[in-house]
Amino acid sequence: MTVVEIGLIGVLGLLGVGFYGLLASRNLIKLIIGLQILGKAAVLGLLVAGNASGQINLSQSLAITVIVADTIVAVIGMALAIQVRRQMNTLDVTELARLRG
Amino acid sequence: MIELLLTITTLVFAIQAFRTQRLLSAALWLAGVSALLAMLFYRLGAPQVAVIELSVGAGLVTVLFVFAISVAGDEPIAAPSLLPWPVAILLALGAAALVGWLALPLPAAELVAVERPLTEVLWQERGLDMLGQVVIIFCGVLGMLGLLAEVRAPLGQAVAAEVVARRERDLHDLQQRALP
Repeated sequence: MTVVEIGLIGVLGLLGVGFYGLLASRNLIKLIIGLQILGKAAVLGLLVAGNASGQINLSQSLAITVIVADTIVAVIGMALAIQVRRQMNTLDVTELARLRG
Repeated sequence: MIELLLTITTLVFAIQAFRTQRLLSAALWLAGVSALLAMLFYRLGAPQVAVIELSVGAGLVTVLFVFAISVAGDEPIAAPSLLPWPVAILLALGAAALVGWLALPLPAAELVAVERPLTEVLWQERGLDMLGQVVIIFCGVLGMLGLLAEVRAPLGQAVAAEVVARRERDLHDLQQRALP
């Protein structure tokens, strides 16, 4: 197996695990972990494509952008989770259905 | 062969992050995923991204998770998940298979003969991306400050409570006056 094929296995596996986490967990912080894993799959996909086409530096500069955006998403998500915990006293996403107005 | 080993271990760590009940363990499994992926990035020929992934993904994000968990608490939710787990696994596998179906078979890539160095690509070809990153980081800081600011007495609730109390008082006075 070449490096590219192994990398593609990793991308698809991480995508599957991330989707499963987003579907199956109720905890807000677990949902953010799922988003992080999906972002890591995207970065790995970019680098595999760069390795396959011989343009690794272009894909590296794109991957840096993705990592920065992903980190900011995690930061905002955690601030939201802390606020939800303060207001509603739980991290359960189904409790958010009580919000009205 | 080391790449296959790294990939399989990464997937095991990612699955463990969702199997564990405690949030702190899940954050640490995620840090492990980051560290292993950094090694895989290095093997793929991307040392700069490997360093950034190791310092940001395994370092900064883990510290943020531990901070958020220590503020928000770490009690497990006893209720079962919304979807039964076989359905969730089936849907996730279906989505991943769809991506694989789009990506495979791999197109024959035409190799670029000479590649420009990273700094040149990053600052000249992708300069606008760097501007976008600065804007994103600024928005992130502003959003976090706005969200984490202490909410004092919620204004709407206080005003509403005062209106209700005044109406009760007036009603009471009217009743007192009407009784004799």
